[in-house]
Amino acid sequence: MNTTAEKYLVGVYDDEDEVLHAVSEVKENGVKIEEVFTPFPIHGLDKALGHPRTRIPIAAFLFGLTGLTCAQFLINYTMVFDWPIIIGGKDFFSLPDWIPISFEGTVLFTAFGMVFTFLASNSLWPGKEPKTFDLRSTDDKFIMAVNMANNKKSEAEIEAILKASGAIEVNVKQF
Amino acid sequence: MAGHSHFSPANVEEHFEFTSDTRKKLMVAMVVGAVLLGIGVLFPGGGEHEAAHAVAGHAAEHGAELTGGAVSHHETSWNPLNRLWVNLWLNGVYFSGIAVIGMFFVALQYLTKSGWSSVVKRVPEAFPRFLFFTAPLMILLFIFKGDVIFHWMHHGIMDPANEHYDKIIAGKKGYLNFNFFLIRMVLIFGAWITLWTVMRKKSIEEDLIGGNENFFKMVRIGTGFIVAMGISASLSAWDWVMSIDTHWFSTMFGWYMFASWHVSGIATIILTIVLLKEQGYMKYVNENHLHDLGKLMFAFSIFWTYVWFAQFLLIYYANMAEETIYFLERWEGHGGIYKASEILNIFLNFFFPFLIMMTRDAKRTTIFLKICCAFVLVGHYFDFYQMIMPGTVGPHGGFGFIEFGTLILFASGFIYAVATELTKASLVAKNHPFLEEALHHDI
Repeated sequence: MNTTAEKYLVGVYDDEDEVLHAVSEVKENGVKIEEVFTPFPIHGLDKALGHPRTRIPIAAFLFGLTGLTCAQFLINYTMVFDWPIIIGGKDFFSLPDWIPISFEGTVLFTAFGMVFTFLASNSLWPGKEPKTFDLRSTDDKFIMAVNMANNKKSEAEIEAILKASGAIEVNVKQF
Repeated sequence: MAGHSHFSPANVEEHFEFTSDTRKKLMVAMVVGAVLLGIGVLFPGGGEHEAAHAVAGHAAEHGAELTGGAVSHHETSWNPLNRLWVNLWLNGVYFSGIAVIGMFFVALQYLTKSGWSSVVKRVPEAFPRFLFFTAPLMILLFIFKGDVIFHWMHHGIMDPANEHYDKIIAGKKGYLNFNFFLIRMVLIFGAWITLWTVMRKKSIEEDLIGGNENFFKMVRIGTGFIVAMGISASLSAWDWVMSIDTHWFSTMFGWYMFASWHVSGIATIILTIVLLKEQGYMKYVNENHLHDLGKLMFAFSIFWTYVWFAQFLLIYYANMAEETIYFLERWEGHGGIYKASEILNIFLNFFFPFLIMMTRDAKRTTIFLKICCAFVLVGHYFDFYQMIMPGTVGPHGGFGFIEFGTLILFASGFIYAVATELTKASLVAKNHPFLEEALHHDI
């Protein structure tokens, strides 16, 4: 057995409107929700859960900046400094010619960077055992996970709150 | 809860009121425009740098090599009134574009069966009313003053016996001749106006009878319009603008001008909606709709830049004299009077929208949207200015009373026509089948 087991209470809902309302109801009753898993995006769920605005755009910007810098370094080093070649009668340093490469460098670094960021932020590295609260969250059920470690209330209390908010079943899940 | 608005299709109907006060203000603006225009015509050279004229003599000789346009051949017979005709043409092209993009936007929404836009679609739907003014104006300008605008219409330029004979231009006679050009022009405007009239009729009828039948009819009209626009956008770009620099051509030009029109049209749609909202109309249009429109403006500013730059880069890179002349003329030809607006063009149309509209919050905040729309609209006026002026008025150009007056005249005329058209139907298409979806739009 895993000694550092994390214990979760998992509420299962079968309607998207119900789970959306349940989120505010459960929160009002003083229960901290870890995450809600749904088969499709539900409008307003992020706001109801009170998740902070994603910082993904900042990561994208930094990756892009890195890409731009690398592209500029590559072009300037090869075309101006190390082995200058006259192309089309232009200066060695001819900025308009470099815009496509700068653009592509920016996009390339951003694209790869974002893929890796996505994998890292979702704990999807190789060998990682997936944390699945309920397989039906990929089919037709909406899953609300409550981390017991973050809540002071007892298991029975939380189960009652989840049930009252419309959960059709409440399961215990340990990782 | 987010995404749940208290509006429903039953309670959103409202009518725009074109108050006599607004009417009066617009009339005053038109008079001001006309007066400025009159000053510009009566006192040519006033308001613009005299220096341009001092160097004009020099630039004319120099310009003879630096221009693909009309000026070089007619240097001796320059009439100050020509600048007025060219300005009317410039604004005609610009505002026809904005007007027709209104129809294009609506047609696209029907073709894609989009729901979110059904709350705003009555605004762009009103734009093409201005075509009823620009179409006859431009056709008359072409018939009577075409030789002022188009190099290929100069007397004798296609006649081998004439001293003005130009072999290259004569080679384009099959496409660039008076009759065929006029036929194309009438067909283009005819297609736009006819399809819009039918669409508008069906749209207003939908308010009265409801049901889905009109929706599907409009999908069909919209699809037809997109096909017509695909052809006519390129044709109008080649004919009305690119043929000014007759020797020069670019395969990117149709796209380039359409991109310019499109982003100006979207900016006009946003600006109109925001201004209507500020007057208390269109409360059901929330920041999510504005966000979507803002994204379109952001995206199409970049699209315009992409096309502009693609055209520039290929010419720059290939470095062929007959192609580089186009940019050289704008950069240093005619005494350099077009250099400032060329630089302004890139800043107003790319850097400013790109930086202002980048963040999510900016697209949802009306003040940022308004600032960006203003930049885009002024910027794309200068874009068309850059396309049309160097080849037509050349060293006699500049930004003076005539330019300013004509622009004010057209802008207030456009607002007047659109405002009048807006009063003719509810501001929201109340029986649009997707209206419910649009009222709860949430992104």
